[in-house]
Amino acid sequence: MTYLADVGALARKDLLLELRARDTLPAMLLFVLSTLVVFHFALPGNSSERAATGLLWVAIVFTALLGLSRAFAAEREQGVLDGLVLAPSDRSAIWLGKALSVLVFLGLAELVALPAFALLFAPVDGSMILGVVLADLGIAAVGTLLAAMAAASRARELLLPLIFLPLAIPIVVGGVGASVTENPARYVGFLALYDALFAIICWASFEYVVTE
Amino acid sequence: MSTWLRNNRLAALAALAFALVTASIALVFFYAPVDADGLNQKIFYFHVGVALTAYACFGWGGWKALRVLWKRDEDADLESYVAIHQGVIFGALTLVTGSIWARYRWGHWWEWHENQLVLFLVLFLFYAAYFMLRFSVPAGPRRANLSAVYALFGVALVPVSILAIRLSERFIHPVAFDRNGPNMAGSQFFTFCVSLAAMLALAATLYHVELAGKRIDVRLRELREALR
Amino acid sequence: MTTEEKYVAAAYLVIFAVVLAYVVIIALKLQRLERELTELAELARAKQEERKAVAVG
Repeated sequence: MTYLADVGALARKDLLLELRARDTLPAMLLFVLSTLVVFHFALPGNSSERAATGLLWVAIVFTALLGLSRAFAAEREQGVLDGLVLAPSDRSAIWLGKALSVLVFLGLAELVALPAFALLFAPVDGSMILGVVLADLGIAAVGTLLAAMAAASRARELLLPLIFLPLAIPIVVGGVGASVTENPARYVGFLALYDALFAIICWASFEYVVTE
Repeated sequence: MSTWLRNNRLAALAALAFALVTASIALVFFYAPVDADGLNQKIFYFHVGVALTAYACFGWGGWKALRVLWKRDEDADLESYVAIHQGVIFGALTLVTGSIWARYRWGHWWEWHENQLVLFLVLFLFYAAYFMLRFSVPAGPRRANLSAVYALFGVALVPVSILAIRLSERFIHPVAFDRNGPNMAGSQFFTFCVSLAAMLALAATLYHVELAGKRIDVRLRELREALR
Repeated sequence: MTTEEKYVAAAYLVIFAVVLAYVVIIALKLQRLERELTELAELARAKQEERKAVAVG
């Protein structure tokens, strides 16, 4: 399977780069912790755990945005993307490799954020963790494609939140539903549906984003 | 007659839109009965027509976007953009008329339980971002590709958002159609159909007018290049 | 006019106003196109006269 080997090589490249330069992940970790502290002071003293859970999802989406806006920074600065496009492999492998590395970053950031949330605000249960995992899949899939789009525009980092947030609204609906309601199954199912649908669209259309 | 029609398609379309809009306003105010809902019902005929027209515009824009990617059809880029522009205009109209209706019906200008309104807000934000994307990429095949991919995301976002909003809110928006067909009297349904046709014809006319303007722009630029 | 009637009128007024705003925008665009076309026509005429002058001279 050369396709999977390409994807693995691309994802490993990103992770190795991050391991050496350490310029995205520490920023994401610090950002998500600071956001949680800000939320503690933003919430009125007697507000419910449900409000805090909603704000956790805001923190997750904005942390993801922080990571995504850096996702194609190295490629753009070094002009790597043109080289990758010319390489004799399927273009969607570039998307899949990048989405995997984004997913790892997001997962690591939440490995810190969720215990911190449990410690500072409210307990975390299984359906919430499942919701976060599914939401991460969707965010990584859609976010990577949109980050590649934003990297091709003049506005760059400024554009990414604008094009990403409307598409992230269903993720937030599903995620918040999975974490606060009595009956999380249908929200979890909805998140899975979102992930599958948008992953297919992204996989099929990435080629057009990086070529003319 | 038929050659005249072929040469003056836009004029014929405009005449059709004019006739239908006039007819529908006349029907709404002088023919359709006022039911238990009161006069409020009269907003409904146009509000729903405008909303469905906005969906039609977004769908048309998505179809043209698909043609950009699939058939490498260069004209389709401009057509997709103009269709989405029309969709945003009609979407804004839906938000405003829906908001007036909500104020009348429930006493608030904005009702988060009103699924259609929330859906249109999400779509409005999404397509506003489409314009931001389009205006920050230099013109060319790359821009055509990026816009087309984003427009296709919009087509997927509509059903997903409907599902998300139905999941998250209780359902109080009056339903005009259910499994048993239209949920209203025959004369009301007729009025509604004419209003919908009127709005579709109006949108099609505005779409072609804008498209003609944009094409003239392109031709003028070519002429300028040729004369230089 | 009752409040009820006012809301109905407002909804229709909004649609009417938007269509009229569209007419204004198209009018502005037509004006600009006319200006550009005049400019181009003058340019074309100047070119033609230039060519004629070369042919005579």
